[in-house]
Amino acid sequence: MIAACPECLRRAWLVARLSPNLDRARERWGSLESAFALGDADLIAALGGAGTAALRAAYAAHDPHAAAATCEAAGLDAVCRHDSRYPRPLAQAPDAPAMLHVAGGLSRLSELAAAPAVALVGARRATSYGVEVARMLGRGLGAAGVTVVSGMALGVDSAAHDGALAANGGTVAVLAGGADVPYPRSKRQLHGRLVANACVVSELPPGTPSRRWGFPARNRLIAGLSQITVVVEAAERSGSLITARVARELGREVAAVPGRITAPSARGANDLICDGAHPIRGVEDLLDLLFGPGGGRERTAAQREAPVDQRLRAVLDAVADGRDTLAALARTPAEAEGAMIALAELELSGHLRRGVGGRYVPVG
Amino acid sequence: MWAEVDIRSGLPAFTIVGLGDAAVRESRERVRAALLNCGFEFPARRITANLAPAALRKVGPGFDLALAAAILAASGQVPAQELERWAVFGELSLGGELRPCRGALAVAEGTRRAGLAGLVLPREHAVEAALIEGIVVAGVDGLAGMAELLRGGEVPAAPTRSPPGAPGVWTAGDPDLADVRGHAAPLRALEVCAAGGHNLLLEGAPGTGKTMLARRLPSILPPLTGAEAIEVTRIHGVAGLHEGGGLVGRRPFRAPHHTISASGLVGGGSVPRPGEASLAHNGVLFLDELSEFTRPALEALRQPLEDGRVSIVRGQVSCVYPSRFLLVGATNPCACGFAAQPERCTCSEADVARHRRRLSGPLLDRMDLTVSVERVPVADLKDGASVTSQTVRERVLAARERQSRRLAGTGALCNGQMDAGLIRAHVAMTRGAERTLLEAYERTALSTRGHHRVLRVARTLADLAGSDRVDVEHANFALSLRHRDVVGEVAA
Repeated sequence: MIAACPECLRRAWLVARLSPNLDRARERWGSLESAFALGDADLIAALGGAGTAALRAAYAAHDPHAAAATCEAAGLDAVCRHDSRYPRPLAQAPDAPAMLHVAGGLSRLSELAAAPAVALVGARRATSYGVEVARMLGRGLGAAGVTVVSGMALGVDSAAHDGALAANGGTVAVLAGGADVPYPRSKRQLHGRLVANACVVSELPPGTPSRRWGFPARNRLIAGLSQITVVVEAAERSGSLITARVARELGREVAAVPGRITAPSARGANDLICDGAHPIRGVEDLLDLLFGPGGGRERTAAQREAPVDQRLRAVLDAVADGRDTLAALARTPAEAEGAMIALAELELSGHLRRGVGGRYVPVG
Repeated sequence: MWAEVDIRSGLPAFTIVGLGDAAVRESRERVRAALLNCGFEFPARRITANLAPAALRKVGPGFDLALAAAILAASGQVPAQELERWAVFGELSLGGELRPCRGALAVAEGTRRAGLAGLVLPREHAVEAALIEGIVVAGVDGLAGMAELLRGGEVPAAPTRSPPGAPGVWTAGDPDLADVRGHAAPLRALEVCAAGGHNLLLEGAPGTGKTMLARRLPSILPPLTGAEAIEVTRIHGVAGLHEGGGLVGRRPFRAPHHTISASGLVGGGSVPRPGEASLAHNGVLFLDELSEFTRPALEALRQPLEDGRVSIVRGQVSCVYPSRFLLVGATNPCACGFAAQPERCTCSEADVARHRRRLSGPLLDRMDLTVSVERVPVADLKDGASVTSQTVRERVLAARERQSRRLAGTGALCNGQMDAGLIRAHVAMTRGAERTLLEAYERTALSTRGHHRVLRVARTLADLAGSDRVDVEHANFALSLRHRDVVGEVAA
């Protein structure tokens, strides 16, 4: 369904058309905020370069029906700022894009945007700890009915989406290129699952390839769609810190998952906490932030009452306590056998998952 | 292989035909010197020796004695009709003494197949050759001894049949499980691996003891049976690993380096020689740093893993070498090896995925058991509990006994060799176990093949427990020993 006015369709077309020039502009100006604040004609004048005249002509000749048809052909819905179905939290952001292209259905996006939403972002080169935490938070939020917003990048982002999907929860992926172009390529399977069960959105028309400027630009959408932005894992220089900064400028809550003070991979997140971000120790902390103190406990209580007997409970608690490998759980072969049987049962019942290097990871 | 000699008048010359290699060509000089030095006459006439069949390539110095015998017979120095009954094998020194050479057991078997009455060969090999029933084995010291024998002399006393390294003896001083401290889970996995003949993957950081554990696997395997020992001796004899002395008494343990080529692993060369897979026949093939082996080498392992033998075709020759081995692999969990200690691991998710991809594929699917080998806490190193190989081997033997009774007449020797049909017929489960496995099949990424592997392992666990039926605990334990591609989930 195309719920967009001709002007907004044209604006999205123009931004995509200027995409190569935007990379250069960003290098020159350091940020694109001022560029996005310009009207169409000024934008052409500022960025058109040598092709300004041709661009003006193409702009004048732009056919909104053709643009809408391209969207429909790619299986995308479109919604513009002037339509009531445009996600409200995003509409409140001053530099929100004119249009959103949606894979997965506009009505689903409206539902997901109406629910409370949390952005889970972090490093692409994440450690296994970062990936595990992202998945755990994604799962917990998904199960509590909170929409998980992220960027489908390698590492933290995809783990967050994956966790939410695993809990049958809602999640929205914001891409730097067209919503129909899975980027990175290695995540096309995840892209397929997101389109089928959740939403993938982008401000750019279908088929637009990702460019450098697109990543910081989509971060403002991620922050704009969410009440809270959580940096799960970030080194000192990380794209996710841009998302956190945008969120702060929008007046939204910023939170971060603390990491080891000696690890370079945790420095960015730890710095954020120092600067006043909420430290996140688990899903409860996030739910408390969203729904007020105690809200987390209520919503997770249902999952907490795990129907496990005492023998399994002991193993589960030991794993949660950090004794998460077989060597830590058992000293004799007989003990090892008992522990392995218990671990297999817990894995089957969905309480544990196997991590890298023979470690077991509590789920949820 | 037949050696013929024709002696006729002409300029003195000695020619050997029949596709011999350099060692065979040089045989002329050895034979001439040996004959003269032993006081025989070397006919100063035109001598043509032919090794038949002419189309087959002949390798090595083992034909020396046969050529000498043929010359002696052709020149009337020993009775020719007597030579009809004997096979003759051995390398000559210039002084006419016999030297040990490769493949005596294979030659002895060939002798019996050819229907000859006996075999003359170096004394060092007599014990080994005597393992083949139905032929007379005459171990001699040199040319003179052979001539004596052919002139109607007495056959030297048959060597005793129980050589020092008799089968089944795992001697003290060999690596024993008693040296192992800690490693509770890997020890259990080793026991299951030995009991059911299941391939095992050890995963762990560098220096945690993967190789140390693998080296101790032969000590808990059942002793070689007579027939198995003969197979091993024959292959090792052909490869030149086993010279003299009777049977190979213990299960082989082969640990080729990861730079090995495909033909080094499964055999090859212009004259096909057995590769590491065959040298590990009836024993253990240990591949350390599994992910570092070349893809062609690992691909080449598929045939031996499936059929228990390797066929090599080279030019006009095709060879089949048996290669039924227990495969034990060892690998780091990630590129840096420290995935189990997050504070030391420097790998990103993508690095881990790349490392996994190098491993994945057909070989990983054939690993029935996967277990993490972790650092042993210092306290355990000092005074942790330990078991002896003896204790474990007894349990393994009891479990094997149950299997061979159940599988008698099916062609499979242990649970690891059961095919889908045998699994259906021989794996009885309690209702609970069935439910558990069904659930695992539906809820996890277990493939059909993986499902069968879990069933085999579960059957072995039941055998170890002395139970006729696989119950829930066996099913769960088997599942926890099953490898699951962790990263597959992350990347999804």
